Amino acid sequence: MDPQQPAGAGPGTATVTAPPEIPARADEARQARREQFRLLWRSKTFIAGALILGFWVICAIFGEVIAPDDPFATDPLNDLAAPSGDHWFGTDRLGRDVLSRVIVGAQDILIVAPLATLLGTALGTVLGLLTGYFRGAVDDVLSRIIDAFLALPVIIVGLMAIVALGPSNVTVIFVIGLVFAPVIARTVRAAVLTEREFEYVAAARLRNEHTAYIMFAEILPNVSGPILVEFTVRLGYAIFTIATLSFLGLGIQPPAPDWGVQIFEQYGLISGGYWWPVLFPALAIASLVVAVNLMADGVTQAFERG
Amino acid sequence: MTTATATAPALELSDLEVAYRVRGVWRPVLRGISFSIAQGESYGLVGESGCGKSTAAFAALRFLARNGRVMNGSIHVGGEDLLAMDETGVRRLRTTKTAMVYQNPTSALNPSIRIGDQVAEVFAIAGAGEKEATERAHEMLRKVQIADPASVMQRYPHQLSGGMNQRVVIAMALANDPTLLILDEPTTGLDATVEAEVLDLVAALRAEFDTSLLFITHNLEVVAKMCDRLGVLYAGRIVEEGPVREVFDNPRHPYTVGLFRCIPRGGIRKYDQQLDTIPGFLPQLGAELEGCVFTDRCGLAQDVCRQQEPPLYEVGEGHRSRCHFHERAHELPRATAAEAVKRPSTEAEDPVVRTEGIRKTFHQEGHDIHALADISFALKPGETLGLVGESGSGKTTLARTLLGLTAPDEGSVVELDGRQLAPGIRKRDREQVRALQIVFQNPDSALNRRFSIHRIIARALTLLRGDRGEELENRLRDLAHSVRFDVRLIQARPAQLSGGLKQRVAIARAFAGDPRVVVCDEPTSALDVSVQAAILNLLAELQANEGVAYLFISHDLGVVRYLSDRIAVLYLGRLMEFGEADEVYNAPQHPYTEALLSSVPGAEGEERPRIRLQGDIPSAADPPSGCVFHTRCPRYIGDICRDQEPELKEVEPGHFWRCHYSAEELRELQKTAPPGRPAAAPAPEDEP
Amino acid sequence: MARFIAKRVLLGLITLWLLSVLIFLLAQVLPGDVGRRILGPFADQKAVDALNHELGTDRSLLAQYGDWIGGFVTGDMGESLAFRRPVDDVIGPALVNSAKLALLAFVIVVPLAIVGGVYAALKEGRPADRVISVGGISATAIPEFVWAVVLILVFALTLDLLPVTAQAPPESGFFTQLKYLLLPALCLVFVLFGYISRMARAGTIESLDSDYTRTAIIKGLPRRTVIRRHVLRNSLLPTIAVVATQIGYLIGGLVVIEVIFNYNGIGQALFDGLQQKDFPLLQSTVLIVGIVYLVATLLADILYSLLNPRLRLGAAE
Repeated sequence: MDPQQPAGAGPGTATVTAPPEIPARADEARQARREQFRLLWRSKTFIAGALILGFWVICAIFGEVIAPDDPFATDPLNDLAAPSGDHWFGTDRLGRDVLSRVIVGAQDILIVAPLATLLGTALGTVLGLLTGYFRGAVDDVLSRIIDAFLALPVIIVGLMAIVALGPSNVTVIFVIGLVFAPVIARTVRAAVLTEREFEYVAAARLRNEHTAYIMFAEILPNVSGPILVEFTVRLGYAIFTIATLSFLGLGIQPPAPDWGVQIFEQYGLISGGYWWPVLFPALAIASLVVAVNLMADGVTQAFERG
Repeated sequence: MTTATATAPALELSDLEVAYRVRGVWRPVLRGISFSIAQGESYGLVGESGCGKSTAAFAALRFLARNGRVMNGSIHVGGEDLLAMDETGVRRLRTTKTAMVYQNPTSALNPSIRIGDQVAEVFAIAGAGEKEATERAHEMLRKVQIADPASVMQRYPHQLSGGMNQRVVIAMALANDPTLLILDEPTTGLDATVEAEVLDLVAALRAEFDTSLLFITHNLEVVAKMCDRLGVLYAGRIVEEGPVREVFDNPRHPYTVGLFRCIPRGGIRKYDQQLDTIPGFLPQLGAELEGCVFTDRCGLAQDVCRQQEPPLYEVGEGHRSRCHFHERAHELPRATAAEAVKRPSTEAEDPVVRTEGIRKTFHQEGHDIHALADISFALKPGETLGLVGESGSGKTTLARTLLGLTAPDEGSVVELDGRQLAPGIRKRDREQVRALQIVFQNPDSALNRRFSIHRIIARALTLLRGDRGEELENRLRDLAHSVRFDVRLIQARPAQLSGGLKQRVAIARAFAGDPRVVVCDEPTSALDVSVQAAILNLLAELQANEGVAYLFISHDLGVVRYLSDRIAVLYLGRLMEFGEADEVYNAPQHPYTEALLSSVPGAEGEERPRIRLQGDIPSAADPPSGCVFHTRCPRYIGDICRDQEPELKEVEPGHFWRCHYSAEELRELQKTAPPGRPAAAPAPEDEP
Repeated sequence: MARFIAKRVLLGLITLWLLSVLIFLLAQVLPGDVGRRILGPFADQKAVDALNHELGTDRSLLAQYGDWIGGFVTGDMGESLAFRRPVDDVIGPALVNSAKLALLAFVIVVPLAIVGGVYAALKEGRPADRVISVGGISATAIPEFVWAVVLILVFALTLDLLPVTAQAPPESGFFTQLKYLLLPALCLVFVLFGYISRMARAGTIESLDSDYTRTAIIKGLPRRTVIRRHVLRNSLLPTIAVVATQIGYLIGGLVVIEVIFNYNGIGQALFDGLQQKDFPLLQSTVLIVGIVYLVATLLADILYSLLNPRLRLGAAE
């Protein structure tokens, strides 16, 4: 490719210097996709993130087997023991082994966060397609409502909804999913706005295709890149938000060994010098969120151009 | 400045090799090119995409991309060795000796800085003080024929038209009186009449400043007009070089010969002969080639060509060719047979499409845009109606109205086979939808890049004809055959195909439903010259076989003349002239058509009186009163043109135009060029 | 230009109105009978009804909404159920406190992030760029409370450099207040840095690759001048838009930070209001948050269009 030429002609631009006549090779069928995936594997950040995430996934699945002690077993006589050979991460105020709780704590968040993000992505995609394709009145009205939604920080809306509905895993999934949908819809809408100017959309209209077909069969596959990117970015935010909600007591509930809950329960102990029941869960959260964000960054770089 | 450098060539490239690193591999782009441009000379570098011409231009400025490198050879600008210089030296050279103008002028200017400041900056770098820089900027803008420099200097680029911005860029380029001015496709994307003015300006300034020009383009006719000598670049090698007239009259390399044959020249029509094509494909950028770079596609190629790369043979006075068989270049066998398509058999049939009084106004906040006004014409089956016009003429809107993508205003009549068509496509029945299809300009945009070719065509077949299963596969194969698309590639995705192949798919898709009318919207403008010819031939052939009518939109007047039976000329949404192709292209003709044809360099090879239109095309939001062309018309009569819009009259049988003059009057007048109009571009209310 | 501003303000007001409806409805959904909650589970039903009647919580939703909005606009936001004080009494000082904290965070993060992003762009692909980019992403990803825990452990408890709470003693001087606010502000800074710097970086890279930068280089301008005069003013435009949207995250972060550091600000008021199901406090607090956000975005929009000649002066004639 001539580096001086634009990478790909956008809709309707008259590039006089067209790409050279290349005899097509049918075996290159999946070349483009493979190229993108190859970029991904070569990205060090993506690999690093994937490794950390992988570690936590294993913990989530095999937690009970890996953990040295029973995460729920209390031992009041041994409470708040500092990290030692017996308990690498020490014990918390009820004598529970912190290491075991940290390992098993991966479970809830690794179920709730992806589900919430999936829900939000699905809803957001539909909303984005509708507003982006129809524009006009539909777009104006829906966009205003979305704007109103976006005026409130996610945390606050999440808080209110959960207080209203009572905290539980299912509630959290629905609330986070619904709250993310407008944000994702924004991005999808922008991508759809560009895409609909491409002439294959006009060609489809000239066949009198149904609107639903044009939106879902023609346009949607072409915006899958941005959608994938949004999904991975939002996943990071979901983990972030759910952990925060748990910390505020409104997410996953005790006695689940969820990391946010652990911090919520033992935060006050810090000033007494008992840092280990709080620090290790905090680091666990940090590592997971960073991992997901690194992967999201890798995905963004590789799939940017859809 | 010593005497040595004073007579040194403005630019001298010696065996220049440039390569780019793509994914770790160094790919050669320029394989050792050498040419030199004397002081005050104008040199044209011609080639198709991927030949490396832009690389040559940027190399002369030592402005290569990060992954590019000069592997070998030397570059001398005004006698100074460019490659041996340090950073400061290069900057000094850029300030004082070289300058560049390239495509897309508006994006070449910083959107956040005023024009005046950007131009003054050039003088400031050379050492002028602030006040002096501003004054000289003002002077320079006047030199490039900008009517009101003071006001323009206060503006930002997005407030000016493309033509205006290009003048500004030219002003910046010539500000410090450079030795060498490089122009890289400077008029692509500009309207024909604007292009003519810009080229005239460059020629005039070149004479005044005695600057050397390196003119890079794919357009041979522009080269003929602007350059003294030319070099033909193919796959990073100069394959022919010489004085322009020499090379045009007597090309001595098979590639050059082939190129000339691809272009419809001398007024030939599709009924005369098919255009010749160059077989094969352009080599990929950076491909490894053995022997002569053109061997794979050359009809004269023999073993020696592959074994030994030809040196540049002297074939005439300053005329060189890189071909072992250069004496026989003109004997190059045709790649495509010359037999022409047949004329449609019957003449007086009912029109397939008839329009009357089409009007379209777009309502935007504050003002209305009058895109189309009173368009009436009829399209006969199997004929091609060429639609010609510049930006704002409404040709795209007209096409969209016919197709049902844009609804025209109340009272517009659009009929297919005598039946009124619903304004929106949703309300049309399947027969009508099948009957009207389109081939778009840009195949990258027109084909869904996620679909396989099979799916793209199959979907059209399913929806337009209701084909399924076995029948569909057969029909698909037939279609692929008819557009010469190799069925083995049917599962490929568009991104894997070349521009020409993609366009064939787009054509196949348009023909899937056995249409009666196909709108061709600049179908070859995004393709290379050698590919264009093949597509044009294909379109002509399909038309003859299927009896389809074309509405052929193009800015390339030579191509329009080749393909069209009748021609309609649009200006600001009005039909200015309409008639048989030959009649429209010759006097008597509407003054706008006259000016338009006069702007195209070397069209038809005939000499035309030189007519230049002043100013920019008026906006469709505020069209001039009376005859909309009166503000720029070189044959302006007087108040009548300003006050009264002329009707579309039949001035000769089958020949219509919208002008107050009659045929005899214009025939007389158009024997000579019109007297010039006052320089200032009049505003709509003004009169000269 | 004026039309543009007027239009945006109008749209903003509509959004604000929608927001107030949204908030009101959400607040109403919170379970709990107000009168019952105040008087306790053992109180007599009649007394509860009487109190509800007195408080006006037994009227139609529409009437309650009208009351609230009408009062809000005139400054009377009702009485907080939890604090038994007028709401504006509670919100007033809280708003001021939060403003101080937010301002400190902003003043630190915006220049830092912009400089970081531009620098990363200029050194694109090289180690400095990777460090800033990856570092930024990682920092942003980590929730504020995690940062708080880490920072408190390091700076407050181990090194004993900074206090654990954010609330300085009353009548403290400027620098003392600063000392107390530093840790909480830093938590916010870490979270906001990544996104802003990424935008600045992207904008700068796009500007560096553009045609007009190429023109400037070909003119013979030295690289420093090209960057200073041609690149920066175009690359920073989109960053401004982004900074405004960050206010949303900032406010969200305030809730968490103020709770951890026990700081009497809007965030904590909100949280308390939620916990206590204190409608009047809750409604008005959230609405104020919304107003702040919308005003910020409006200002950012206006600033953006003022700085962008394309929007300021309209298209080609």
